[in-house]
Amino acid sequence: MSATEQAAKDVPVIEIDGLNKWYGTFHVLRDINLSVDQSERIVICGPSGSGKSTLIRCINRLEEHQEGRIVVDGTRLTNDLKNIDAVRREVGMVFQSFNLFPHLTVLENCTLAPIWVRKTPKVEAEAVAMEYLERVKIPEQAGKYPGQLSGGQQQRVAIARSLCMRPKIMLFDEPTSALDPEMIKEVLDVMVDLADTGMTMLVVTHEMGFASQVADRVVFMDEGQIVEQNTPDEFFSNPQSERTKLFLSQILSH
Amino acid sequence: MIHKPFHRTHTDMLGERPAPLATVGVMGWMRANLFSSLANTVLTVLAIYLLWVSIPPFLQWAIFDGQVYGENRFSCKGEGACWAWLDQRIGQFLYGFYPSEETWRINLALVLLFPALAPWLMENVPGKRYLRWFSVFYPIIAVFLLVGGFGLTEVSTDALGGFTLNLVVGLAGIVLSLPVGILLALGRQSRLPLIRWFSIIFIEVVRGVPLITLLFVSNIILPIFLPADVALNSVARVIVMITAFASAYMAEVIRGGLQAIPKGQYEAAQAMGLGYWQSMRLIILPQALKISIPGIVNTFIGLFKDTTLVIVIGLFDILGISRAMVSNPDWLGLSSETYVFVSLFFFVVCFAMSRYSMSLERKLDTDQR
Ligand SMILES: Nc1ncnc2c1ncn2[C@@H]1O[C@H](COP(=O)(O)OP(=O)(O)OP(=O)(O)O)[C@@H](O)[C@H]1O
Ligand SMILES: [Mg+2]
Repeated sequence: MSATEQAAKDVPVIEIDGLNKWYGTFHVLRDINLSVDQSERIVICGPSGSGKSTLIRCINRLEEHQEGRIVVDGTRLTNDLKNIDAVRREVGMVFQSFNLFPHLTVLENCTLAPIWVRKTPKVEAEAVAMEYLERVKIPEQAGKYPGQLSGGQQQRVAIARSLCMRPKIMLFDEPTSALDPEMIKEVLDVMVDLADTGMTMLVVTHEMGFASQVADRVVFMDEGQIVEQNTPDEFFSNPQSERTKLFLSQILSH
Repeated sequence: MIHKPFHRTHTDMLGERPAPLATVGVMGWMRANLFSSLANTVLTVLAIYLLWVSIPPFLQWAIFDGQVYGENRFSCKGEGACWAWLDQRIGQFLYGFYPSEETWRINLALVLLFPALAPWLMENVPGKRYLRWFSVFYPIIAVFLLVGGFGLTEVSTDALGGFTLNLVVGLAGIVLSLPVGILLALGRQSRLPLIRWFSIIFIEVVRGVPLITLLFVSNIILPIFLPADVALNSVARVIVMITAFASAYMAEVIRGGLQAIPKGQYEAAQAMGLGYWQSMRLIILPQALKISIPGIVNTFIGLFKDTTLVIVIGLFDILGISRAMVSNPDWLGLSSETYVFVSLFFFVVCFAMSRYSMSLERKLDTDQR
């Protein structure tokens, strides 16, 4: 590893410092500190309503925060639209409900942002899109509309669509919760492949198998706070706080 | 009793069988659609009866007993319709008071309208790109043809009348009210209070007033918004007022469509880095407009029929001309004939719009292909 690469690795790609957020008077995120290194894979878990979605949505400014500092890939998130655009170009997001564009074909879904945001020529954008559709194993669906695909296929298209922007960071908000059990694996497989390529990933999920297989770190949230974070081995075998133990006992009992 | 385990091997799988005869073909269709229940059967019989008592007498009156030749209404004898006025008056019905030696200009403008509309309405038109440019310039060409100047004899807009006037005002209103309506709908959802309030006030005020009063007061209202030295002729004034009126309705129709788009679509567009106008143009509006097609076309049809209101500011559209004619002693009392004739024109245009919108909806339906 060269000196500059080493230096790049030392600077976290995401730095969150003293983050606080309120919805009206409801204090949804409390004093969050989190820093994520290049190529790090983080799984965020916690009970419903604990603020997991809100936290990762602050990273690409789908939600505005009121206090604290968020720096993504060297760009600080403020009200400055230029900074927001810069961050969104580098951060891909995959949603629980896929959010594919139903009026566009799979291929058009994948080429839209590269063409309009990155100004990539159409032919090149299509070549890149096909490459990623092959990586998520559905190149043959390129000409179809999202409504004609199964849930698992749609989510894989959504992942490919994000990757087409060649992001440095990928955010996943419960990517498998809306899927039938038999489709969860095909999406997780794609995510494992992606982790192997060295992508920086923040994944909100309750798939503990995925967490122990892939994550470098598991972050446990409750009531808007980070209660505990640890390597998956330690996190599962030796949870520190009572709330973590309770959560794990509930989630592992099914 | 012992249950034997049951399974089919591949070779004894059941083959395909044709559907029973009663569910297919003409008989099947009639049974499913016309006589599926007692109530349905009663309705079918009733409908056939109503058609039977209304259609033949109408045809008898309009066609079999109809009279086509004659100088005036006194030459029409008998029970049937008197169409003799068509020969003398058809020019006025179509072209208003446009000089008869210049009517080729109106015809030409109408013919050129088709290549101007084609690239927007049809999918596979050769030379689509050039035709799009042509349609951008079409309004200028049409105005030049109708009004003249630059070598063509000038014709005052007061001479515009008959169905030409309905088409001019209707088309201009349709073409302008859609973009204005879209802007108002977006404005109503804007985060900037000034834009939001302007849109809300405009929509509510314009919607809350009858069009006819807007037309009456247009020569008082419009100068407030226009520079002092710009005076609009009455046709332009009507176009502005009808556009304003229709776009207020349009805005609400489109707002309904916008509200039907899930929040996730906006978020996905944002997360990919698309800006406001890009996400509107590429993601949100294509879906919102598709949902709104029935309402949009409804507004278009209403607008087109509202062009008959121009009579209140002294313009003579096809309906105004026919009213003038039936009060002329030569043709007094021929209102059934003229209004049937006028209705036919409106019906053809409105029905075409309605059919087109249905085929468009089917084409844009990406969920079930
Ligand atoms: N737009 C909003 N306005 C007000 N409250 C909100 C809003 N969005 C979320 N909340 C509240 O904020 C809290 C955190 O929500 P968030 O969606 O981040 O939770 P989560 O951890 O992702 O939960 P889940 O596992 O159910 O997705 C919840 O109590 C929720 O009701
Ligand atoms: Mg959530």
